[in-house]
Amino acid sequence: MSGPTAEGLRLVVAEDGVLLREGLVDLLARFGHRVVAAVGDAGALCAAVEDHRPDLVVTDVRMPPGQTDEGLRAALVLRERTPGLPVLVLSQYVQRSYAARLLDAGDGTGVGYLLKDRIGQVEEFVAAVGTVAAGGTVVDPEVVRQLLRRRRDPLERLTPREREVLALMAEGRSNAAICRALVVSDAAVGKHIGNILMKLDLPPAEETHRRVLAVLEFLRA
Amino acid sequence: MSGGAVAGAVAGDEHGTGSAWASVARAGFLRSAAPWRAAGYLLVTGVSGLLLCAGLLLSAVVAGALAAVLVGVPLAAALGLAGLPTAAWERRLVRYLDGGRVANPHRVPERPGLAAWLRLRYREQATWRELGFALLAAFVLWPIDLAVVGCVLAVPGYLVAALPLLVLDGEQVNVLKVVEVHSAVLAALLGLAGLLLLPLLAYPVAVVAAARASLVRLVLAPGGREQRIGELVRSRARLVDAFEAERRRIERDLHDGAQQRLVALTMALGLARLDAPADGPLVARLAAAQREAGEVLAELRELINGIHPQVLTDHGLPEACGDAADRSPIPVTTGFDLPGRLPAPVESAGYFVVTEALANIAKHSGASTASVEGRYAEGWLTVEVADDGRGGADPERGTGLTGLADRIAVVDGTLTVSSPPGGPTLVRVEIPCTPIDGRGV
Repeated sequence: MSGPTAEGLRLVVAEDGVLLREGLVDLLARFGHRVVAAVGDAGALCAAVEDHRPDLVVTDVRMPPGQTDEGLRAALVLRERTPGLPVLVLSQYVQRSYAARLLDAGDGTGVGYLLKDRIGQVEEFVAAVGTVAAGGTVVDPEVVRQLLRRRRDPLERLTPREREVLALMAEGRSNAAICRALVVSDAAVGKHIGNILMKLDLPPAEETHRRVLAVLEFLRA
Repeated sequence: MSGGAVAGAVAGDEHGTGSAWASVARAGFLRSAAPWRAAGYLLVTGVSGLLLCAGLLLSAVVAGALAAVLVGVPLAAALGLAGLPTAAWERRLVRYLDGGRVANPHRVPERPGLAAWLRLRYREQATWRELGFALLAAFVLWPIDLAVVGCVLAVPGYLVAALPLLVLDGEQVNVLKVVEVHSAVLAALLGLAGLLLLPLLAYPVAVVAAARASLVRLVLAPGGREQRIGELVRSRARLVDAFEAERRRIERDLHDGAQQRLVALTMALGLARLDAPADGPLVARLAAAQREAGEVLAELRELINGIHPQVLTDHGLPEACGDAADRSPIPVTTGFDLPGRLPAPVESAGYFVVTEALANIAKHSGASTASVEGRYAEGWLTVEVADDGRGGADPERGTGLTGLADRIAVVDGTLTVSSPPGGPTLVRVEIPCTPIDGRGV
């Protein structure tokens, strides 16, 4: 990873639907990114990553030949082979288990899990691509919403407001974006995040890393 | 004629053709071919029984002799299947006797190959019933068959032959070694009696043949009711499998078709929005269209998940139940302890019990929390869905739980519901199964 920037990323795209695959290539090109390989199945994805060493992999979950979660499993294999390879998974499933598998593999940095619906929100989608390429974590708001309905122990200790903040963190938003979304001051967000990190018993470490850990805690079953 | 009723109930159901009993009672019996068929039937069964007897004894001796060099052991094992060809032959003979088909009680192996065939045959009760019948035919029945045919042909034969023999001998003739006949008149009278006896003896022959055929039906035909129930159970399982396959197909079609195209549509709308002049009315219109498409996508996703949850196929029962718990409006805890993936029909049955039970809890129980627990022990998957609600759920009422019981019955499982008034309610499903080596668990 030679410090990828939001502009001019080299990407490998794996998606079995031709219409969507071509659309993604066009869309990413429009924002100055270059799709070095666009493939239609998991095997070709692994080969393309091997050949091109891209800055980011964008892959569908469900792909031929098995039409099960082959794309997701390929992503996990790729991340195992190349730790820190940013992967953005596009999915039709809101189920927690898909996102959890992705986030549990490795340290949870540089991964994204978005529903395909989100591609239509072009600017947000491209922003998510940039966040993941820069080592951030992005989880689809719909998946986050699903998770929030679940009451689990460590999260029980959070106040509703803190949970809101954590959910926005999981979506990959910065402090400033959280301030805007919740219409609160920067200091208030900082305080909430501090409380969250404390209540989740996260070890003192670099701020970004602790944020990721908090998000992982949030996503874990 | 109660025997006829039994025979009819056992096997006369496939064709209208009745049993050999009915032919005896029919008015034109003597003029029909039935007596000759009966005699022929007994003659053939008698001879084949004799041959079988010889064959079995010979094989047993050979197997015994070779047992010392281990070759005899498989031969002895093969003798266990001796009933199969015997029974097939006997069923065919009965059909020759009275035209009524005797159904084959054996099942068709699910997999091709000799091993699967052998495994199935050795497990089937019918195989051992047939072996028993083969032994009976080889050591008990054939002397009776031959004796009856022999008597029936020999007695009138001797009587009729008395006069010609007397003429040849000139002095006297011993009819049936019992009556000494000297006069031609008596011999002629005996001959006449023999001719009259022949049709009369047709009745006992037919009765013995019919009795033997009934025995064949009783022992070698499928066990009537049970067989039919077994067939029904299998056909129901096939139907459920077909429904399941169809659901998957619909899910796949929607995923590959409508869902993909809608995603492409929202993407196209998103790109169009970028191109539209920022201050014009077009941007707002495009945004509205995109919102609409997004909502359709969300609805479609829910629909597809309801038809067939892909998470069940991809990640198995615990994760799919976890997702069902996520969706429940009341808090649900889940805990699973399984050795791996289970066969798809089992996972599917278990999953739908959990979702239906959770839906019932949310609708009727008034519970504040619920739990889903699954474990596997000694060949059984057990899944329990419990709540702290007011109880009083009646499995007899409402189609939800009955439908569940049907679904579980197909995979040989059981569903029990304990729901005393005042609660709590516990739904337990137990399904026999063997874990499979799941991929990527």
